[in-house]
Parts: sequence; structure tokens; C-alpha cells
Amino acid sequence: MAKVEEKKDALRKDELKDVLREMLLIRRFEEKVEERFRAGELPGFLHVAIGQEACAVGVCRALEDGDIIASTHRAHAHTLAKGTHANELMAELYGKTEGCSHGYGGSMHLYDIARGNMGANAVIGGGLPHITGAALAFQMRGEPRVAVAFFGDGATNIGTFHEALNLAQLWQVPAVFVLEDNKWAESTPESQHSPIRDLSERAKAFGMKALKADGQDVEAVYKAARKALDHARSGKGPVFLHLDTVRFSGHYIGDPQVYRPKDEARELRSKRDPIEILRERLEVGDDELAELDAEVTEIVEASVEFAKAGTDPAPDDALKNIYA
Amino acid sequence: MPELSYREAVRDALSTAMREDEDVFVMGEDIAEMGGSMGVTHGMLEEFGKERVRNTPISEMALAGAAIGAAMQGMRPVAEIMYEDFMTLAAEQVVNQAAKLRYMSGGQLTVPVVFRTQGGAGWSPGAQHAQQLEAWFVHIPGLKVVFASTPEDVRGLLWSSIYDDNPVVFFEHRTLYGIKGEVPEKIEPIPIGKARVHREGEDVTVIATGRLVHESLTAAEEAEKEGISVEVVDPRTLQPLDEEALVGSVKKTNRAVVAHEAVTRMGFGAEVASVLQYQAFDWLDAPIERVGAKFSPLPFAPVMEQFVVPHAEDVLAAIKRTVGRNGN
Repeated sequence: MAKVEEKKDALRKDELKDVLREMLLIRRFEEKVEERFRAGELPGFLHVAIGQEACAVGVCRALEDGDIIASTHRAHAHTLAKGTHANELMAELYGKTEGCSHGYGGSMHLYDIARGNMGANAVIGGGLPHITGAALAFQMRGEPRVAVAFFGDGATNIGTFHEALNLAQLWQVPAVFVLEDNKWAESTPESQHSPIRDLSERAKAFGMKALKADGQDVEAVYKAARKALDHARSGKGPVFLHLDTVRFSGHYIGDPQVYRPKDEARELRSKRDPIEILRERLEVGDDELAELDAEVTEIVEASVEFAKAGTDPAPDDALKNIYA
Repeated sequence: MPELSYREAVRDALSTAMREDEDVFVMGEDIAEMGGSMGVTHGMLEEFGKERVRNTPISEMALAGAAIGAAMQGMRPVAEIMYEDFMTLAAEQVVNQAAKLRYMSGGQLTVPVVFRTQGGAGWSPGAQHAQQLEAWFVHIPGLKVVFASTPEDVRGLLWSSIYDDNPVVFFEHRTLYGIKGEVPEKIEPIPIGKARVHREGEDVTVIATGRLVHESLTAAEEAEKEGISVEVVDPRTLQPLDEEALVGSVKKTNRAVVAHEAVTRMGFGAEVASVLQYQAFDWLDAPIERVGAKFSPLPFAPVMEQFVVPHAEDVLAAIKRTVGRNGN
């Protein structure tokens, strides 16, 4: 595993610039998705992760080739961060055959198996046992790979979460369970869905190693993820990675957020925007940022053009891919 | 030809696959030292070790889901769900995940997992340990569903299920584990989707699954004594269904009885009856008869259990009704 040794525990400055660019790309992509949904161009049910970009990018940057992820219903950021091109993702959101799930999945079912993305999941906690099982396969075959599950605080109340973590710890499989704790289960605040305030206590109840990081600080996320991945890869067992993060937008696109104080998101955005935090740290000025912005905006605009020019599946393509 | 019990036949398929192929392993509750609640995996721990004969906690969602996850990475896990009733606990993973992963990914994924489970009445466990829930799973596109009734079939079909690239729900019947039958020296895979004619006849076709195959064969012998010639066909695979074989038989006999242990209403037999009436309407000389359990949870007291689930005499009565004789 020479590659592992090469990968550093912290990102260099030039790498961090690229991280900034990637987070900005994800932000602009999701803003575009909101815009196109409101324009009536995108079918289905969509959830954006605006505000949570550092979680996706920090963790995915820390992965090695061969590592896999399972995502959630809020999957665009994970998908882009795991290497799917914006064109393929946008084409999927438009229901085109060029999409990363060839039009069979949509926003809540994004897959890119070749790039190690085992899929978004529209059932809360649905992908967690798959990650335990994937990690078991890696362990049984002696492969130095790690399986990583993303999930939100809402998922920590569902059976699959507890069962999957219990099994993973029992079998000491190389898995990392990444909690993106945005304090909201759809419209229900954490105070109404969990009797405890520190959700990493739940992992500790299984005897699982738990790490915490500020989910708005991409460097902190990356470092914690490296630690977690190294631990899991070296055979010491799974790790629970608790990321404290912020959801700037509603649960779904179009959510009027009647359950949330009106200025809360605005206030959080002004203080805890992961893009602003990194930009200040890197001392990226307005001009440089504008340049980056123009660059990623072009990619996003091109993805919309790509998607619109894409191929509609034939209606009876619906009857394909049911069985292997 | 060697003789194996149904239980030994299941074990032989699992063990042979595990000897030949490192990707195959079994996991489930109490399957290691205890050898499974039905004794199917007895002795396998000694041969294959605890990594590949993997005890799990009582945790159906995670055990089913972990099997799916391992299958997504190229393994061929066989997960034992101790009782069919507990498939309801695993159902989220089986129905929402395993059945749909290939589809939702646009064909990128294969999920070669088998969920072995068993059920069946006749031993008074009450309402939560003997249900027959195959109708739940044949309703789900993306799953294959197998229900074998003999040692030869259970071995050959389990082999095919392990090597099928789709998720397979594999039903075994508790009261059949002890029955013995001849099997080929070497495992001969039985293709998924092929029915088996157990007995040829001229007057009525009985299409039966699981324990009711045996009850139907008994009923057929009784009918024979009264001059009624009965053909007994076991679909063996419920999804995909060998419609050609079933329809072909009914076109020959012009009468049909569909028999299973599960509750009749909305049961698997309803679909079979629909297939037959649509494809063999002009050949039918009598309404299709259905035999199954009464619309009741399974009761505990043996006399009530006996009353609720169907037996050979119920099949015989249905046969007689189709040929216009008094079946009371």
C-alpha cells in the first residue's frame, strides 16, 4: 500500500485551493439545481446539501482508490466529490440516459459503481448495512479497502443504524460511519428526535471509536477522515466520524421551512460557510475567487446544456435492468 | 443414486459451493455451533470455520443488509433468516434495497445474494413462527423466488440460486426437512423457472407448492382409486413462473386446482389461476379451484391449526369439485 503512505495527513496549500474550487463547484451546481427545479425542468424530489460541502469534499479527498461510499437522499455533493462529472450528474437529474444512473435513479438514487459510489439511498439508514457488508467482503478477501457510509442525525434513530454499527464493531470490519450532523431530521430538530445531545455517544455504546470534527472546516474534516480511514484500514475496527455541520437550505427544494426561525439559516451562513472559512484561511481575494467562480459556473452551465441535449430513455426501457 | 434428506440436500448444496468457491459463505442466527435452528448447517462450522459459517446477532435488517453489501462487492452470500416470519424484519433490505439496486443503478450493480428461510405449520408454534409469506415477495420486481419441495429439487435449485446474479428468496418448508429422496451423485443445477411434473394424469391438474405437493400426491392417489386421473405439477420457482408448463398441463386436462399452505386470499394461487384462465380459457371445463389456509392467523391449539391449514383431503375435495362430483 505505497499509495497510502504517499497520502499525507494534511493537505498542501495548492491542494486546498483545489478543495476550495471543488466546494464552490458543488455550491454552484446545487444552486443551479434549485433554479432549474423551480423553473419546472427537473422532475422528482430533490434535496441539496448547501452548507455541508466540506463534509463531502473533506471525506472523499481522504479516500484511497478502491475505497467506496454509500450516500444518502442528499447526495449531489457526495457524488461530485467521489468523482462523478457534473455532466453525468446533471443528466441524471434531467432523467437522461447519459446520467450516472442512466435515468433509472434520479436525485435520490445516484450511482457510480466504477468510481466507488455504491449509491444514494432514499430510505434513511438504508445503505448502512451495505457498508458493513462491503467492509466484511474487504476483510474476508484481505483487501486494504475501507467502506464509508454517510448519514444524517435523523438516521441515528433508525434500526439499520444501530444494527449496522453493532455488526461492524462486532466483526471489526474496515468501515467508517460518517455522521453529517446538521441538527435536522427533515423538519424535526434534534431536540425533538434524540434524547441525547452528543450523538457520538451512540457509537460509544457499541464500543466503537468515535472522532469529532467541525464539519464546516474542510481541513479538519480531511484530517479526521484520514485518521478514521487509517484506523479502519489497519484492521483496528470501524470508526464513527461525527461531523458538526449546517444545512443552509430546507429539507427539500421548495421547503418553506415553517419550522425554522427565519433568520437562522442566514445567520449560520454568515458565520459558518465552509467556502468562506477556507477562502479566508487561504487568503483568496475577491478577484481570485471571481475567477474560480467563473470557472466552476462555466462547468455547471455546460452540465445543463449537456443534460438538455441528452437522450430520453424509451418508455419501455423501464422494463430493462430489472434482472441481471 | 444416493439418498439424502431435504435438510442434508440443502447442506450439501451449501457445502459443495463453499468447497469450490471462496466467494460463497453463509451467515445467520445460530448457524455456527448450533447448526441452525433447523439443523441445516450442522457440522459446517467444523469444516469451514467461523468466518464463512458466520453467526450473527438477532439482527435481521443488518444481517440481510450486510449480505447485500457483500454481494455488491462480488461475494455470493447465503443469509439464513431463521423463520419466514422474520423476513418481515428483513423486508426493508430485501424489498427496497436488494430487489431494486440493479434497477436504480441503471444496470451497474449485481446483487447475487440468497435469502434462505423456512416456514410452515404442523407443529403448533402459533402465529409468529410458521407463516407462508411467499406472496409478499413474488409481488416485488427484481426478486427471484424459489420454493422447493423435494431433496433433489432443493439441492439443485439452491445451487442455481447461489450462482444466479439476482437476489433470490429461497423458501424451505419446515415439515419437509426430514423427508428423504434420491439425488444425483453430483449436484445437477436445476434451472430457475422450470416446473416439475410429479405425476402425469388426464382429468385434473393440481398445481402445488411446498408441503402441498406431497399432500396433492396423496390426494391424487386417492382420486385414482375413484377413477380420476390427476396430474401434479410443482412450479418450484414462483418468480419467474413456468407459465408454459402450467398452461400446457391444463390444456391437456381441462381442469385445475391450485394448492398452497399460505392463506388462500391474495395468495400465490390467485396469480396462477389468473394466468390459467387467461391463457387456457377455452380449454377449461370447470372453475379453477383454490386450496389454501383459511383467512386466519395460525392458531396454537393443534385442533385449530389442523383446521386452518389445508391437507390432502382438502385437495381431494377440490379435485372432485372440478370433475363435478360431490366434494362436500
